[in-house]
Amino acid sequence: MQEDGADVIALIGEIDASSSIELDLAIAKSVGEGYTKILVDCGALEYISSAGLGVFMSYIEEFKDRAIKMVLFGMSDKVANTFSILGLNELLQIGKNKEEAKQLVS
Amino acid sequence: MNYMYKVGCSIENLKGVRDFIRGTLKDHDVSDIEISEIVLALDEMCSNLMIHAHHCNPDDLFELHIQVEKGLPVVFEIIDDGTVFDINQFSEPALNNIIHEKRKGGLGIRLVKSIMDKIEYQNRSGRNVCRLMKTVHFQ
Repeated sequence: MQEDGADVIALIGEIDASSSIELDLAIAKSVGEGYTKILVDCGALEYISSAGLGVFMSYIEEFKDRAIKMVLFGMSDKVANTFSILGLNELLQIGKNKEEAKQLVS
Repeated sequence: MNYMYKVGCSIENLKGVRDFIRGTLKDHDVSDIEISEIVLALDEMCSNLMIHAHHCNPDDLFELHIQVEKGLPVVFEIIDDGTVFDINQFSEPALNNIIHEKRKGGLGIRLVKSIMDKIEYQNRSGRNVCRLMKTVHFQ
């Protein structure tokens, strides 16, 4: 899905060691298609394990080098807590909702 | 109360493991936020075991035991016959190194250590027992 020049990736359900590869592929596809703005909709994300968090971490450096902006938004409190346990809320850009995410990415 | 879940080492089974933990702790009125942290830590321990000690062989089985008594720390035991991977012997990489090396792993151990109060390894009649303890608030 695409909106205002940004690619939107929607995460649904649970991301764990068996499904994190799909998250990786979705981000890689977005980058491969040349997007420099990526919005990750976490509204329907119920659970993310360290395997999924690791996928986001693995792109931080590459995105910095290539000036790609990625913003996650719409997380439930439980999912947000998972990111903050590891301090990833400091390393990744996280917006409350899509509007805020669009501002952060532009 | 003691609960036990026995499962093959296929990572597709992690969802069942998580549902078992959630259901058990929910029945004992543990708060949602604590349940979600515990699930996260045990998902990591079980996926490590499945992938590294058992190479995702679905015919290799392991057991997850949960002991819950009101007023006491909850005890989780992961019991198997594989090679032991003692996370206490493993120092977690710094976050900066994980980012720099574009590693997808290494976060999990940091997570388990920050969530659980205590992690011990025992050998019980030739089987490996990884014992994790966590003080929770019963609502």
